[in-house]
Amino acid sequence: MKQAEIVIIGGGPAGLCAAVSAAKSGSKVLIIDKNKKLGGQLIKQTHMFFGSEKQYASKRGIDIPEILIDELYKYKENVEISTEATVVGMYEDGIITVLEKEDNYYKIEPKAVVVATGAYEKFLGFPNNDLPGIYGAGAVQTLMNVYGIKPGNRVLMVGAGNIGLIVSYQLMQAGVEVKAILDAAPKIGGYLVHASKIRRMGVPILTSHTVKEAIGNEFLEKAVICKVDEKFNPIEGTEITFDVDVMCISVGLTPLNELLAMRGCEMKYIPQLSGLVPVRNENYETTVENVFVAGDATGVEEASAAMVEGFLAGLCAAAKIGYKPDDFMERKNDYEEQLNNLRSGPAGKHILAGIEQIRRSYV
Amino acid sequence: MRIEEHPILKFDKVKKIKFMFNRQEIEGYEGETIAAALHAAGVKVLGKSLFLHRPRGFYCAIGNCSSCLMTVNGVANVKTCITDLEEGMIVETQEGKGVIV
Repeated sequence: MKQAEIVIIGGGPAGLCAAVSAAKSGSKVLIIDKNKKLGGQLIKQTHMFFGSEKQYASKRGIDIPEILIDELYKYKENVEISTEATVVGMYEDGIITVLEKEDNYYKIEPKAVVVATGAYEKFLGFPNNDLPGIYGAGAVQTLMNVYGIKPGNRVLMVGAGNIGLIVSYQLMQAGVEVKAILDAAPKIGGYLVHASKIRRMGVPILTSHTVKEAIGNEFLEKAVICKVDEKFNPIEGTEITFDVDVMCISVGLTPLNELLAMRGCEMKYIPQLSGLVPVRNENYETTVENVFVAGDATGVEEASAAMVEGFLAGLCAAAKIGYKPDDFMERKNDYEEQLNNLRSGPAGKHILAGIEQIRRSYV
Repeated sequence: MRIEEHPILKFDKVKKIKFMFNRQEIEGYEGETIAAALHAAGVKVLGKSLFLHRPRGFYCAIGNCSSCLMTVNGVANVKTCITDLEEGMIVETQEGKGVIV
């Protein structure tokens, strides 16, 4: 059995920041990530981030992992990294099990855990939605921005939230035609600055529209969309057919946190946070002592918020097991203030209403 | 289907790799996954579904959804969207669950 101080599950924006924060406080950390490279989904975000300087605003997502890894390197005597390793279980006795490179299975007994497992893409129901050529927006980003491969020639984007808008723009940067962006909601969900940029490039954004069906034999050849009424029911006779070989589904993410449920953490379904999320206190500690959470696993938000949550959870996890730095309160207040600032807009209001429902008083 | 020019990114394609897909030789590049190399070569259908035998392609490309399972070097149910391409790999579309033993 391997012993560890803090195990951080997931080396994306939240996990890397949690590691930096805990290692800086003097705790030993072990980052476990299932991918070959650390950085999570930052490795395909070619756009510049919003927020403030502390969350690396105006830096491109793809450049942030290197910054965080450099930061981590400052405390290298405290840091251990295990990539291509998947945490497959978290048990009642505090032991976690890991499968490394598909053949090495081992157990760890950590003093504390930070679960920063992120989120996965939601899907949409319509006839033939399983045809090859219908991809998640994240998959399209991976193909284009990590491997330099076009997903196809003509794309229909489903979802006008920030991801749908940003990925549409990235598709055009890669030389792929975007036929239209549609969204069932009556209003564009993403930032208008992104939407305007795309409209200026001649791509229509059709609100109050949904996918009626996909058509194709072996793979997607056409997509039929239609208008929806205010109750989201399809309106007959409003169908439009697009000749597209790619449909990109960007209808939101849902937290990926089965490990917390398995460990016995109290979970609640909170629509504002996009799914089932753990109840937690202000230190991001769940209802199971010494099990912390950060990032999209605790509710889907932007990567900027995930990073600050990571810093905060890492700081608190380290303090909980005896590494409380002199400037603990100062750092904690700073992170909380950053989160408040990030959540001060209209989207933040929605998030805060969700957080209100999972907050548990400090014990 | 490869991106030739990009305003932000550079793709250093260094070493070509040859592999077999359903007994046909295909080329990809070192550092990319099996599914990525197949997609670049125009292969979208990676397998057939368990019961209705409907065509399957990848969906998430990050190893979560299991829509990209193929038989690689005789091993069934390999997640090809996160498995790196290697020289001489034998990649086959998988019918149903694949043969495990």
